[in-house]
Amino acid sequence: MNEFLQIKLLGIFSLGMNLGWALLMIPLLPLLGFLSLGLFGKKYLKQSAGIFATLLLAASAFLSLHIAYGYFFKYGKLEGAYQKIIPIQFTWLQFSPGLSIDLGILLDPISVMMLVVVTFISLMVHIYSLAYMKGEERYPTYYSFLGLFTFSMLGLVMASNIFQLYIFWELVGVSSFLLIGYYYDRPSAVAACKKAFIITRFADLGFLIGILILSFYGGTLDFNSLIEKLTSTNSTEFKTIASASFVGISALTWALVLVFIGGAGKSALFPLHVWLPDAMEGPTPVSALIHAATMVVAGVFLVARLFPVFSMSEVALKVVSIIGIISALFAAVIACTQTDIKRVLAYSTMSQIGFMMFSLGVSGQAGESGLGFTAAMFHLFTHALFKALLFLGAGSVIHFIHSNEMKDMGGLRKYLPITHITFLIACLAISGMPPFAGFFSKEEILLAAYHHNATIYWIALATSGLTSFYMFRLYFSIFWNKEYIAHGEVHGEGGFVMMMPLILLSLGAAAAGFIPFGHFVTADGNLLESAFHLQFSIAPVALGLLGIFTAMWMYKKQNNRPDTIAHSMNSFYKLAYHKFYLDELYLFVTKKILFNLIGKPAAWFDKNVVNGLVNATGNSTVFISEKMKGFQSGKVQQYAIYFLAGVIGLAVLFIYIWK
Amino acid sequence: MNLTLLILLPLLTAVVILLMRSSVQVKWSALIGASAQFILALILFFTFRKERALGNASQMLFEIQYKWFPSWHISFHLGVDGISVAMILLTAFVVIAGVLVSWNVEKMTKEFYLLLILLSLGAYGFFISLDLFILFFFLEIAVIPKYLLIGIWGSGKKEYAANKLALMLMGGSALVLVGLLGLYFGGNENTFDLLLLSKMKIPIMVQKICFPLLFVGFGVFTALFPFHTWVPDGHSSAPTAGSMFLAGISMKLGGYGCLRVATYLMPEGAREYANIIIVLSTIAILYGAFATMMQKDLKYINAYSSVSHCGFVLLGIGMLTKTAIAGAVMQMVSHGLMTALFFAVIGMIYERTHTREVNEMGGLIKVMPFITTVLFIVGLCSLGLPGLSGFVAEMTVFMGSWQNPDPFHRVATIAACMSIVVTAVYILRAIGQTAMGPINDRYLSLQDAKWNEKLAAIILIAGIIAIGIAPFWLNDLVTPAAEVIMQKVAGK
Repeated sequence: MNEFLQIKLLGIFSLGMNLGWALLMIPLLPLLGFLSLGLFGKKYLKQSAGIFATLLLAASAFLSLHIAYGYFFKYGKLEGAYQKIIPIQFTWLQFSPGLSIDLGILLDPISVMMLVVVTFISLMVHIYSLAYMKGEERYPTYYSFLGLFTFSMLGLVMASNIFQLYIFWELVGVSSFLLIGYYYDRPSAVAACKKAFIITRFADLGFLIGILILSFYGGTLDFNSLIEKLTSTNSTEFKTIASASFVGISALTWALVLVFIGGAGKSALFPLHVWLPDAMEGPTPVSALIHAATMVVAGVFLVARLFPVFSMSEVALKVVSIIGIISALFAAVIACTQTDIKRVLAYSTMSQIGFMMFSLGVSGQAGESGLGFTAAMFHLFTHALFKALLFLGAGSVIHFIHSNEMKDMGGLRKYLPITHITFLIACLAISGMPPFAGFFSKEEILLAAYHHNATIYWIALATSGLTSFYMFRLYFSIFWNKEYIAHGEVHGEGGFVMMMPLILLSLGAAAAGFIPFGHFVTADGNLLESAFHLQFSIAPVALGLLGIFTAMWMYKKQNNRPDTIAHSMNSFYKLAYHKFYLDELYLFVTKKILFNLIGKPAAWFDKNVVNGLVNATGNSTVFISEKMKGFQSGKVQQYAIYFLAGVIGLAVLFIYIWK
Repeated sequence: MNLTLLILLPLLTAVVILLMRSSVQVKWSALIGASAQFILALILFFTFRKERALGNASQMLFEIQYKWFPSWHISFHLGVDGISVAMILLTAFVVIAGVLVSWNVEKMTKEFYLLLILLSLGAYGFFISLDLFILFFFLEIAVIPKYLLIGIWGSGKKEYAANKLALMLMGGSALVLVGLLGLYFGGNENTFDLLLLSKMKIPIMVQKICFPLLFVGFGVFTALFPFHTWVPDGHSSAPTAGSMFLAGISMKLGGYGCLRVATYLMPEGAREYANIIIVLSTIAILYGAFATMMQKDLKYINAYSSVSHCGFVLLGIGMLTKTAIAGAVMQMVSHGLMTALFFAVIGMIYERTHTREVNEMGGLIKVMPFITTVLFIVGLCSLGLPGLSGFVAEMTVFMGSWQNPDPFHRVATIAACMSIVVTAVYILRAIGQTAMGPINDRYLSLQDAKWNEKLAAIILIAGIIAIGIAPFWLNDLVTPAAEVIMQKVAGK
């Protein structure tokens, strides 16, 4: 059996046997949940499915914290810098010498941080869903899909090999597909899950080709050796990939941009974001987990993972930062006009991911210039907390009011006190108000942008003002504005089970900013002291306050100001409200071009031309034999005539030839 | 391990079936026979691994050679390498699943099962033959039962489909025969022995003429564009087990022949025509995928998607790198399992809803959770989800293709990669319309899968997952054999 599963337990023993097992269990426990609930959930675990899955995930989250503590404080550092440790790795599929898919676990600051984020947020969602999804017909299925998703996401962040990352990347995609389509009998959910899968698949095509290029030049798929080979300027691998070019752009840049397209698809960046708002068709806790806190940051994680290679290509970094800033602004504008609260949150997610992306794009490789990297990871961390909180809060509101539309809401602060307070904390955090978590991370991002590129800085500043406007527009519309008129019995807030995650997350959203992130996560593993610059905080905070007060002026009390303003910029408002008609454009491309111009002709061609030729061959054979069979009539007189005709014919022929 | 067992066992099963009286007896004896084949194939696989682990490095293992027609230098020569073992495993999986899903066949049960077992006999014989004459003999054995299976137990335009399929495959066989005769007389010694021929230097002229004959001839079986048109009609008219055998086994006979006979014996020919093969197979991959997108009948969907997926087999062969060829073989195994499962599940749905039009279905998850789960799994395998076999095979082909650094191969590879998107489109469309969405009231009373259907699906899924999560065993099996072929092609 041993040679069958050639597990090379490389460093498991150097870290201690228990630690190795703990590490393996982190992804395997959710997988166990998926398999057991998927296979036996319906029959044996109908009611206890949620508890079962939650306990498994609690264990997994506990182990992640254990690993994170050990890594950051005990064995992670070597001579002052955090190391990349690969405790477990085995060859899964060998393509050729040197090129193989190895499944393994890579521990470094970003993967350890992501372990904690993913398991913690997932645990919160598991707990919350115990109450939120109670009584659903497919309750065990729901939890089994959550387990699959958590497993895939954990495998993704732990990947030690770029192809391993791709494998889990695809698995994350399919779990997202399954969860968005959870309410499978709603046509809109079916359409949304297909859309999400196909658009991210399209982006994955770029990722795949990028991997092919990198593997060809790098001669390896292993992250560590790939990065090593492609970042030392005097290695032969780097020289060939940097000098090989296609239409004037180096192979390195091509590969990185293609990989980035994959990341942009998953992270819902412009122009591949169109699936994200529709993905809100899934159950709300799923939106919190997948479409806010974890899966959509996979693209950011991917760029961060390959960051040393990205930093070798200025063009690639430029693309990252430009797409990042466009997404940030574009989504913020749309978010100001949407009326479905989950869609507002979806666009805000896209905008915040844009922040992380351009922050990576403006970052340097080492030391002070690597601030952008640290800031992006920091923002990823804090964003996961407050965005999950916002979605779970929105879930609580939707649970109460049975609608996603702002117009059905208002005055809910009296009915949902805990939701109200936690939601407010989250809004303050995302708006970057001190001392909440978002303030610190956004400050760092802006600082990094300021030092690198003035244009990006100004756009980012404006966007951060817009952020606080649309977030408080949401807040006031839900909890203030008009009075809520209860119809029939009012059942109040969900119980303790639903409120506990909100409270825990709001504590995080309030306090996580004080974590000295530069001590843990930096581009080069060394310590980065981020100095606090008061003069830099003034502008964003002032703009944020302006956004909040504008929102208050417009939405705190019921009035006609919003309508008047919308009217005054009628055409632009319409454009933003219709999401700049991108969905229509995509629909046109797929329906008209892909289906009608390629698919239909191909099917027609096959049915009529290729198949027609085959039939024609058959028919002509029949036709010829049909005509031929008349010759063999068995009548001697007829044969005599043929004979005579032949003789005459030959005679004529001979005469003419001899003549 | 005596390889003649693989031929004798189906033969014995066929005789037993003939002696049985009631249809129940026929079914059980067929099932027992198929299970015995399954076990035999597993034994072969494990003894093969053991021999290799012990260091037996000869090209073919378990060789047997009897004189058969000495004056014409035809001998009954059997032997297996990793590729053959992989194909035999595939055949065994598909046969047992095919027997299980046909449990409801009431019309001429005895004849039906007899033909199924004969087909498996032909396939096993084909995969273990080392003499081209008997290889051809078994190829023909595998063709004729299909004509009857479609013509008698089929549905729709079955006579047309049966004729078309038989004529096109016979046409392919005719080309193969001419090519084989060319090899026989063209070499410097008159022989049909594969191993002798492989050591011989076959004149370039002969290769240039015979390679296309053999490649196209075998290619017809494996849906080489533009000779693929029997695929949609044949599959859609065939009974469920017929489609499973057709796509799962017969199409693989072609791929195996292209590789083992055409490419291996005539490396110069292969290099000469490689680019044409790549162009045709890339067209098949994309064109098949786009054509699938427009289909509305589940069987047509799977048939066209088979054209697309078999394109990867030929693409891998045309790329002429070790990895790509290994990938082609893996794709044959993967596609065989997957497509057999797909046809099985389509058959299950059709038996219940009496339609195969995706537009008329919807929401079937509600009433048949098992069947729709299988549909999801097979669909996801088809679109190349990691953890299932399709991903492993396609990625190996891509990685192998990418090893050719020139622009022509690059463009072809990228074009082939594009199919992963189109595949996702048509698979999700099919799944979305059948399994998801609101359910039609008239389907509310439908029943989920029965024991035989469940067992069949589980066996095939086990194969798909075994490759998907632990591809190394298949890779270890196939790669050394692919290397032997590549060494010959590279001119060593």
